[in-house]
Amino acid sequence: MAVLKQEQKINLTTKKQHPRLRSMKDFYRKLKRNKAALVGGYLILFLTIVSLIGPYFLSNGINDVDYTARLQPPSAEYWLGTDQHGRDIFSRIIYGGQITLIVGFLSVALGGIVGVAIGIASGYYGGKIDTVIMRLMDILLAFPGILLALAIVSILGPDIVNVIYAVAIYSIPSFARIARGSTLSVKKLEYIDAVRGIGAGDFRILVRHVLPNVISPLIVQATLSIATAILTASGLSFLGLGAQPPSPEWGAMLNDGRGYMHDAGHIALFPGLAIVIAVLAFNLFGDGIRDALDPKSK
Amino acid sequence: MTHSTLLKVSGLKQYFPIKGGFFGGKVNDVKAVDDISFEVNEGETVSIVGESGCGKSTTGRSILRFETPTAGEVIFDGTNLTTVSKKELKQLRSELQIIFQDPYASLNPRQTVRQILYEAIDIQKVVPKGEREDYLFELLELVGIQPSQADRFPHEFSGGQRQRIGIARALSVKPKLIICDEAVSALDVSIQAQVLNLLKKLQREMGLTYLFIAHDLGVVRHISDKIIVMYLGKIVEMGDSEEIFENPQHPYTKALLSAIPVPNPKKKSQRILLKGDVPSPMNVPSGCRFHTRCPFATEYCAKKVPELRTPNDQETVNHVAACHYMEEIDFSSLEYSKNV
Repeated sequence: MAVLKQEQKINLTTKKQHPRLRSMKDFYRKLKRNKAALVGGYLILFLTIVSLIGPYFLSNGINDVDYTARLQPPSAEYWLGTDQHGRDIFSRIIYGGQITLIVGFLSVALGGIVGVAIGIASGYYGGKIDTVIMRLMDILLAFPGILLALAIVSILGPDIVNVIYAVAIYSIPSFARIARGSTLSVKKLEYIDAVRGIGAGDFRILVRHVLPNVISPLIVQATLSIATAILTASGLSFLGLGAQPPSPEWGAMLNDGRGYMHDAGHIALFPGLAIVIAVLAFNLFGDGIRDALDPKSK
Repeated sequence: MTHSTLLKVSGLKQYFPIKGGFFGGKVNDVKAVDDISFEVNEGETVSIVGESGCGKSTTGRSILRFETPTAGEVIFDGTNLTTVSKKELKQLRSELQIIFQDPYASLNPRQTVRQILYEAIDIQKVVPKGEREDYLFELLELVGIQPSQADRFPHEFSGGQRQRIGIARALSVKPKLIICDEAVSALDVSIQAQVLNLLKKLQREMGLTYLFIAHDLGVVRHISDKIIVMYLGKIVEMGDSEEIFENPQHPYTKALLSAIPVPNPKKKSQRILLKGDVPSPMNVPSGCRFHTRCPFATEYCAKKVPELRTPNDQETVNHVAACHYMEEIDFSSLEYSKNV
């Protein structure tokens, strides 16, 4: 008996790791095995760090115009060359990274929160609320994303903040749909009845029991949406509806370089590459966490 | 044994509307539970048995107000559960608990055992926060889970262990009545016995009352004081456990009993094989609902609904069945059913 007690004590002390920490570690372990996801993850980390602290180390300002050094190819002084106004493309891309990431994260966060809230409520309560909400979402989904964003920005006016709203609005329905679908299947499970049977209210059930169990596909959707959001934002800026010159937004820079494709291809090439890398990073990472978050994967 | 009535169900009806058509109007009803009444005394184990789709689980869910009953009353300990306010219901929930069939679906996969039980304890404020851990370990020990496993997730346990966690959750709020909705059906036979023994032990120690919902009469035989046999949303027979097993009156009960395997392989058992499936509860047969499958049915059975009544030839106090011909039917006359 005494031996048993001791054994239990040892068990209790060694197992004192917080459960959430353990599941985080587990998640990281699974993610690490997926090399593509790891590359995506590190790229995102790299982009974030560079665009956050990079600007403090740059010698050339983003809008330092130097007409003696126009359209220069990459060199030791201008790593990625200069544009038609003699501005350093490298500096601009790094500043632009901030804009890109902020637009990506904010718009998806905004659209995601609204979409998930709508979707979960719609799926959980069902009935007329559900019908009305989902038909509204269907209407939003009927427009191609970029077209809807275009329409919204045209109404709100060309501005990078409006781009965030536009991208947020058009990503709402996909979040709402995923959240609703998962909620429909989760709410029928017995553990929901069990906590209701204990006396939990709707809000607690939704936040503590439904949300954690529908969140995995939503996190994946969010990561992949950031990629789309970045692309859309760049696209809108390229069309002149997003960030306005002289803002170093990547899409806007791409547009700047459009006229010099033959003489100085690097002006368009490098912002384009930056967009590709950012989008690719989020896509790879999104796919990776989809696999890692699957509770059935070992 | 004269105990006070803990649960009294009278005239309970649970219909589910079927919506269809372009405007989503009501097309028909699924009559899952259709006018049933019974009582459960304190400290008793009452079992509801029947085939899939006979409404036994729905009865449990209606009692717990997971569904709002279409009609009828559920009086629990003097309170009518069908009319209480949300707030009162929340408090009453600590007195009625449920153990589910599927131990893989009844625990939130994102919560550890500790979180699952703390949540129940906190919602019903069973013990103050400082004493939660002691109480948690006490509960786990009671159901045979090591306290050192409290911080594990449900998927790290076996089916039987999960069911024990479900039992611990039900017990954590100190209920009077526990509805066991097919609580052992999903478990291996050896584990079934363990869990049943655990339930019996807990009943002795804590004076619990069980409403046991099952489709396997063999399982309920050990634990029940009373048995209710349901068919298509109606009670067809009800009485003391001994009575039902020794002296079944309704042909349906007889058929269910004949399906229990007999341990002796040489013993020739008489089996009543029921033809076909249970009719749809959307479109229930006229008269006696069982007449479409009953080997003894007559035209009269299709016309007149049989009421629950005590058999004529015996003055058993606690045994009722709903069959027009229960006194006349001679089960041994069934030729085709012998030695199958």
